[in-house]
Amino acid sequence: MRTPPAVEDLLRDLAPQVLGTLVRRHGAFDACEDAVQEALLAAAVQWPGEGVPENPRGWLLTVATRRLTDQWRSERARRDREAAVAADEPAEPGPDEHRAADRDDTLTLLFLCCHPALSPSSQVALTLRAVGGLTTAQVARAFLVPEATMAQRISRAKQKIKAAGARFAAPPPDERDERLRAVLHTLYLIFNEGYTASSGPDLRRADLTAEAIRLARALHRLLPGDGEATGLLALMLLTDARRAARTAGGGLLVPLTEQDRTLWDPEQIREGAELITDALTWSPPGPYQVQAAIAAVHAEAARPQDTDWPQILALYRVLAHLAPNPMVTLNEAVALAMVDGPSAGLDLLRALDGDTRMEGHHRLAAVRAHLLEAAGDAPAAREAYRDAARGTTSLPERRYLESRAARLNEGDSDGKA
Amino acid sequence: MLLIYNRPGFLEELSEQERTALFGEVEAIMTELSESGELVGGAALADPSLTRTVAVRDGRPAVTDGPFLEAKEHFAGYVSVDCETEERALEIAARWPDVKYGGYLEVRAIMQDSGTEM
Repeated sequence: MRTPPAVEDLLRDLAPQVLGTLVRRHGAFDACEDAVQEALLAAAVQWPGEGVPENPRGWLLTVATRRLTDQWRSERARRDREAAVAADEPAEPGPDEHRAADRDDTLTLLFLCCHPALSPSSQVALTLRAVGGLTTAQVARAFLVPEATMAQRISRAKQKIKAAGARFAAPPPDERDERLRAVLHTLYLIFNEGYTASSGPDLRRADLTAEAIRLARALHRLLPGDGEATGLLALMLLTDARRAARTAGGGLLVPLTEQDRTLWDPEQIREGAELITDALTWSPPGPYQVQAAIAAVHAEAARPQDTDWPQILALYRVLAHLAPNPMVTLNEAVALAMVDGPSAGLDLLRALDGDTRMEGHHRLAAVRAHLLEAAGDAPAAREAYRDAARGTTSLPERRYLESRAARLNEGDSDGKA
Repeated sequence: MLLIYNRPGFLEELSEQERTALFGEVEAIMTELSESGELVGGAALADPSLTRTVAVRDGRPAVTDGPFLEAKEHFAGYVSVDCETEERALEIAARWPDVKYGGYLEVRAIMQDSGTEM
């Protein structure tokens, strides 16, 4: 389907508002979600040719309500509900009507799509469809699975929400923090799926980073006083700013320290840095904020050798305290190596050797390889690069790691290009 | 990717009841995987006696009958799944009925085009 970008953006903005209104009025999230999908498809077909209606939100609401009514009319057992829907047929709402309700509805939708009864991949799929306004085919393409697979995943997710008895209401106060964390994590997963794939032949998945940023912006607008929502948006912007520099010809990955920094997007860096600098003045730091702060420190350095590694090390230590996990320790070891030398970094890595969470994980071998190379131990570095190359399921990573190993030929002990 | 290896002909040695039960189990797993949205694809392969193996010898393609390797177990089919964890893929593999009759399932990750800068 070829829809002009302006129409597509408008539809994606309106999708959660229309769905939220519909579910609030009629309940039955799954039926309403189907009806909204049909209304969005109808709009995507009609609007580019016939022009966008004066009240696009009202148009979508009317069409979706009609679909819902049709659906219920065909089900005898729903006769009573049908009467209620018919009585509720929307008068064309004014453009500013329901504005506050729309905002709450979008947030409630996000909470519902990230319901704890759902697996992370279902949360992602449902969020992209219900809040992001993507079609099943688009979600399936982004995750490289057949459309039938994604359709099943989404319909299963909707059934699970129904079975869990989730009502369309904000979660109770004692669950709110945990649910918000799930929402942030889901948006983070969507971003990573797009970002790690934004190289090579799968450019279409770069759309996912844009979608994740759009959703994170929406969340930030809904919760401007939430430091972590702000931090996540900042982290996405600062990371995505490096997109053009992170791959070289043939989809080969370029490490941060070797990237051409003139290719970094200054506008995204400026916005991300402003957001995170501001948030840290009024919010207690959380993991997304600290990661955004680290990304901002990298972005500040015009050349890799200008990087303020002591500050990055300090931030990783904060992160290790807030959200300890082996990946944080890995990154902390890199920063420590930059401050105190590679052997200090290698010492810290030894702490991970017995960690079952890192078993067979190629990132540990990859970091060790880099540090061994920096320490001048070419044979050990080569072995570690090869270990890491065998451990990854990513083709670009394997190519990168194999080429690093190949560079460290016998007798070429410094190896550094 | 779950690669299914079994001994060709083992099906014929089963009783009618066992065969029905086996196909029922396969169908139940496939239904479950398609309903959960984990099933990406898959195929059963024809009997190994129908295999043709292609090689290049002296710069010319040479075609021979029969599978590449002489083995008791042959590659019988595959199922491609998209699971949250490796444990889940192993659990699906362990339930495949061929395993009960001396077959094997090999669980292999599929290489991706994605990656992170390291």
